[in-house]
Amino acid sequence: MSIDLSQFHQVFFEESFEGLDTMESGLLELDIADIDDEIINTIFRAAHSIKGGSATFGFNVVAEFTHVIETLLDEVRAGTRSINQEEVDLFLQSVDCLRDLLQGLQNKEEVDEAQASELRTQFEIILGSESVDAVDQKTSSETNTGWLIKFKPESHILRTGNEPLRMFWQLEALGKVRITSITDEMPSFAGMNVELCYFSWEIEVTGDNISKESITEVFEWIEDEAEIVLTSLGNDSIEQDSPKSEAIDTEASKQETLKAAVPKIETQAPIKEDKKAKPAARNAKEFGSIRVDIDKIDTMINMVGELVITQSMLGQIGEEFTFDKLGKLQEGLQDLERNVAILHESVMRIRMLPISFTLSRFPRMVRDMSRQLDKKIELVLKGENTELDKTVMEKIGDPLVHLLRNSLDHGIELPELRRKAGKPETGTINLEAFHQGGNVVIEISDDGAGLNKEKIRAKAIENGVISENEALTQDQINDLIFQPGFSTAEVVTDVSGRGVGMDVVRRNIQSLGGTVSVKSEPGVGSTFTITLPLTLAILDGQLVRVGKEIYIFPLVSIVESLSADANQVNKVVGANDVLKLRDEFIPIIPLYETFGIEPDSRHLKDSLIVVVESEKMKVGLMVDELLAQQQVVIKSLESNYQSVGGISGATILGDGTISLILDIPGVVKLAEKYLNYAGVAA
Amino acid sequence: MTRILAVDDSASMRQMVAFTLKGGGFDVVEASDGVEALELAKENDCDLVLTDVNMPNMDGIELTKELRGLANYKFVPILMLTTESGMDKKTEGRAAGATGWIVKPFNPDQLLSTIKKVLG
Repeated sequence: MSIDLSQFHQVFFEESFEGLDTMESGLLELDIADIDDEIINTIFRAAHSIKGGSATFGFNVVAEFTHVIETLLDEVRAGTRSINQEEVDLFLQSVDCLRDLLQGLQNKEEVDEAQASELRTQFEIILGSESVDAVDQKTSSETNTGWLIKFKPESHILRTGNEPLRMFWQLEALGKVRITSITDEMPSFAGMNVELCYFSWEIEVTGDNISKESITEVFEWIEDEAEIVLTSLGNDSIEQDSPKSEAIDTEASKQETLKAAVPKIETQAPIKEDKKAKPAARNAKEFGSIRVDIDKIDTMINMVGELVITQSMLGQIGEEFTFDKLGKLQEGLQDLERNVAILHESVMRIRMLPISFTLSRFPRMVRDMSRQLDKKIELVLKGENTELDKTVMEKIGDPLVHLLRNSLDHGIELPELRRKAGKPETGTINLEAFHQGGNVVIEISDDGAGLNKEKIRAKAIENGVISENEALTQDQINDLIFQPGFSTAEVVTDVSGRGVGMDVVRRNIQSLGGTVSVKSEPGVGSTFTITLPLTLAILDGQLVRVGKEIYIFPLVSIVESLSADANQVNKVVGANDVLKLRDEFIPIIPLYETFGIEPDSRHLKDSLIVVVESEKMKVGLMVDELLAQQQVVIKSLESNYQSVGGISGATILGDGTISLILDIPGVVKLAEKYLNYAGVAA
Repeated sequence: MTRILAVDDSASMRQMVAFTLKGGGFDVVEASDGVEALELAKENDCDLVLTDVNMPNMDGIELTKELRGLANYKFVPILMLTTESGMDKKTEGRAAGATGWIVKPFNPDQLLSTIKKVLG
């Protein structure tokens, strides 16, 4: 039967890329002084699977290369070898190299094997043997017209699932078989254990050209658990000596296995002839399949179930329709509409992936580059689970890389400079992703030198971007770095390139409908903020009630919720009340006032205060009741209605009602008149 | 119908094995690690177990030991999928009660002929 193995290639590539990611993050995590079993095992398993798969599916370049990697990893794993930093680097390089190879193979391009073979040589040197290639040993082709086999298995043979009868059948396929059972060791009936084998056999196999291998192969699996003696019966043997006995030694079996191991893939599916191959995806990462959380699928299946119920209900109404059923019909149609809407959203949610897909490659990049630049840099990732539309995610990768490189190269100073400036030698870059309103915000901040205002200004004048006596604010000057052809790096390095960067970054982000801005303070550091609009974002929300309205607070913005005591609240003349919470004074904004609605109560003692953080400032929002916490799908107000201050979007709750999602900074802005006073009071 | 339990943490290998076996007329139950396999083995009576060695949670060796401890799997053939570098694993596997092994890489035909060898 012939099976087209190419149908499994896509799955193989996907899991291999995942495996490489696993290897990479494992290697970065690995502490060479104290190797964690779990980590090294995980790395090993990933390499092992890639090797197994690539050999099976006929990608020999990959298989041979991963084989040496795996061998070394296996020794490390077994504890027979320690590992040093250079070796970790070598592993990391190999991961990159494998990724390239696999990508090439996936796109059915010519692959460049030079790097792989170079790296492979290095591994072979480390392993200290040239024999990593399974040597194709010459195998004896001893054939004969007959063999006498003495076969005495150990008594527990049946318990390993090896049934001697099946071996006899296999021998029968080789020639004429005559079997003599030897029952000397059979105990008395009373002493017999039904699970043990007490027999041994003498088997004569006769026929034309029966090779010794074909016989040893039959017993291959049990050679260590049985006495097997082979004697040649015929006389056209290679050795013309008198009948020669020979136990099947392990050496022979090793050859056997080695031989089997050398991947001779001519029997594999012919890759080159693959006529019905899909048009090669130019960039697999952009067009590949998507892995979906099982929960999301379950939600969808649930919704489909609901739809089926609604449909059968409507069907019943329709079969014998009378006018008094109109109410029911309308009800059913409403259900249908709601369910379809929810299903639609669930389907859209499938496209949402945690941003960690993009961020996960950054630790490696920072590590490599900081070495290259002789800097000490720590990268801190936050909010990796923030969900982002797949398409946006794919396109945001490059701009992020560029900004990160920029921070590494221009932002963080050399250790010596940092010491002189009284900063810790190790610089820190924070990369944080979070939802703000209907946007996903990605912030990259460093504690480096900050932007050099004078230098930027001088450069801008030199390039004719601004005129000599143009007055600009700090922010306007900072913004100049996003102008085309602008780089203030004194020396152009390989890392940051030739100043073709920031304008491209801004253009790319703008093409996604987003914005990028920078805030910087000399000597303290810079923060780049990317804001991506997201009509599809999913938000963890806290539902609150004010009067009859239900609003949604983004859960991330909530610091705490409390019911205030009268003595915790200070009245401020002409302004809002201020809550004294531990050592802080927090201005209180009554939401009913901001939105002009009728609350249950206008008194603090009957209300609850939700303390939220907004742009580094805390405010307390007064609400009537806290309800459930749930994930909500953000609907854009702009596209369905118009932009409303203090509201970032809306969502549809489970019962079909619409609920508005608060934009906390917007609410604060609406209430700003109070806050100015409060600021003084605090 | 002869039922085979195929265990491998690599999805592509598992799919390939399952596809081949189904094409060979066998009923296939798939598991992605030893723990899952053990559960499935208890729920379904399988006539043969085909397991990878290196897997997370529970590896093939451990799985074999566990299966041999079950009354239904005392004599059921258990075949391991190993690689040429896994000589130690073969010994270990045999000690755990494995019937035999299939050396990776293998192609669908090799797989089927080996399977037929133990199923008689």
